[in-house]
Amino acid sequence: MSREHILHTVRTALKRGAGQGIAEPPPVRLRVPEVDPDTRVARMLSRVEALAGKTLRAPSMDEARVYTAEVLGGRSAVASNAPFLRECGIGGLPGVETGFTDSAALRARCAVVDVGITSADYALADTGTLVMLAGLAEARLISLLPPVHIAVVPAARVLSGLDELLTLVSHPAEQTSSMVMITGPSRTADIEQILVRGVHGPGEIHVVVVG
Amino acid sequence: MSATFDRKVHNTLADANLQLAIYRATGRLIDHRKQAVTPEALPEYQELRAQANALKRHTIDHLDHYLERFEANVTAHGGKVVWCRNATEVADFVLGLAKERQARLIVKSKSMTTEEIDLNERLEHHHLQSVETDLGEYILQLAHQRPYHIVAPALHLTRYEVGDLFARTLGVANETVVEKQTMIARAVLREKFLAADVGITGANFLVADSGAVVLVENEGNARLTTSAPRIHIAVAGIEKLIPRAQDLAVFLKLLGRSATGQAMTVYTSFLSGPRRGDEIDGPEEFYVVLLDNGRTRLLADSGKRESLYCIRCGACLNHCPVYRKIGGHSFPWVYSGPIGAIITPQFMGVKFEPSLPFASSLCGACAEVCPVKIDIPKVLLDLRAEVKQDERCSGVNRLERLAFKVWAWVMCHPRVYEIAAVVAAGMAPAEGRAWLRKVPTPMNLPPVKAWLSQRDLPPAPARSFREMWRRR
Repeated sequence: MSREHILHTVRTALKRGAGQGIAEPPPVRLRVPEVDPDTRVARMLSRVEALAGKTLRAPSMDEARVYTAEVLGGRSAVASNAPFLRECGIGGLPGVETGFTDSAALRARCAVVDVGITSADYALADTGTLVMLAGLAEARLISLLPPVHIAVVPAARVLSGLDELLTLVSHPAEQTSSMVMITGPSRTADIEQILVRGVHGPGEIHVVVVG
Repeated sequence: MSATFDRKVHNTLADANLQLAIYRATGRLIDHRKQAVTPEALPEYQELRAQANALKRHTIDHLDHYLERFEANVTAHGGKVVWCRNATEVADFVLGLAKERQARLIVKSKSMTTEEIDLNERLEHHHLQSVETDLGEYILQLAHQRPYHIVAPALHLTRYEVGDLFARTLGVANETVVEKQTMIARAVLREKFLAADVGITGANFLVADSGAVVLVENEGNARLTTSAPRIHIAVAGIEKLIPRAQDLAVFLKLLGRSATGQAMTVYTSFLSGPRRGDEIDGPEEFYVVLLDNGRTRLLADSGKRESLYCIRCGACLNHCPVYRKIGGHSFPWVYSGPIGAIITPQFMGVKFEPSLPFASSLCGACAEVCPVKIDIPKVLLDLRAEVKQDERCSGVNRLERLAFKVWAWVMCHPRVYEIAAVVAAGMAPAEGRAWLRKVPTPMNLPPVKAWLSQRDLPPAPARSFREMWRRR
């Protein structure tokens, strides 16, 4: 009933009839610059570092695995089901649990482990952003509950920026119920504008770009 | 000016610590924004503003169409749209759903729209606990205060006040190191996230072609609110719509930069519907509450309709010389600063606080920094006219009207004017060449007194211009 009331009031206010067509909306504005792959990766990593994230450009998957093992240093971790992490052999590292498909089990582990390891569907060079579409490969809580987040991403997935992402993924809702963009560690400045990292999400973030 | 407004303003002006806190916090936000929108940092800044304005204008002018499209797409992804005319309908919906699902605990992420309808208080009145999870909002909830600023809600509190508050309400040791205070809040709130049945958020944008809710934040509390509990409810004003997901390329570039100078905030979530078949986590139920609460009334006025374009970045507050002196709590409603001064009278009626549209120097800084180009000074002038029209109809301020009539008559009669000028100068004699701070008793009536309390009057010259002209 409120639905009809609100829609009716809106139409009356705008002097429009029910089902009346609309004028053409302003055209979509997307500008995708040409940036060569090496520059993209370098820019991506420097942006992450500017936000106090740690980075590595790993020439091979082996080196990505070695770095991840070093950061873990024997601590406990949950890794996502991303095929790329499996290819890197990260799921097999000591202390790393992976292969979760049950919501309750995943959540229980993510709440207690030290590190969450994910890949990313895309990365945005000009802002240092990781883009993750929730699905079987990436769960939401792995990059959120543990205090440390490691993301291992193939170089080919590094895009120039938001405009390129929205050109490639024009309708995120067709692919997932949740697309999240992560730019640096969780932070707040709510008390006296003093910057504190790790307020609710991970306070430490590592981005490894492979290749 | 109402007595309450007047008292709050004067209390704020008299509090030196508060003055410094407001000045520093807004000053820092001004600097951050400035660096983020320079031609070097963002060459297309003005183009993006123009596009954002055009997109908002188009969407608001065809709002019924986009509301229906949004609803169809939310439904197609398994979510549900709930239409609410006012605060009571929202509270009834949340309470009804909570009862049906036997929910006992709600976690909430920052939302001005829910502040507007006092949702927490309404839920608590029915014994449903609703915990704010944004650090600043959590502090305010413990202190029983409302946000001081749209993006920096607790900017008026010091770490010492927060330490006392945490010690008193949470039973922890009095801690004054901000990092440690933050970790105390993290630990308390983490338990709430994992125990909550329902997560309530606002929405920065509603995307019509996707049926999606977009949330922009830095802490991760909005992500937790929408990922951990089994029910997600987003409460949003009907004006939050944008046509397409691709339009986010425009709005996201402007919002973070205008608010805090960030090219991208830490987390941007694009959420459409409940968890799907192959997804491992996420809510099982997804609701979007579309709230009117006065917005349709505003929509009918095509001259001031642009007030609904606002994306709540807070830049106009930081740049407003009035906000920077009188602060957020002096304003009579949840929305403060220039945007508050234009939407409060339109949502609540001009009688709510008739002096609000006059609490502005009309310097235009707000319009200059507004990312969606709302002409705030123009709307303020329209509202001033409305206030005066309203006073005229209800017959108040007869004295003021009479004074202006007399003034007009004097100004139209040169001989009378000349005599009046001589009399006035005689009644307020210049002491040396000093500026006048007060005039002698016969003229020092309340209106003149009030006027002179904020201004100095130049002394009358020995000879008037007219006299000099005659003797040239």
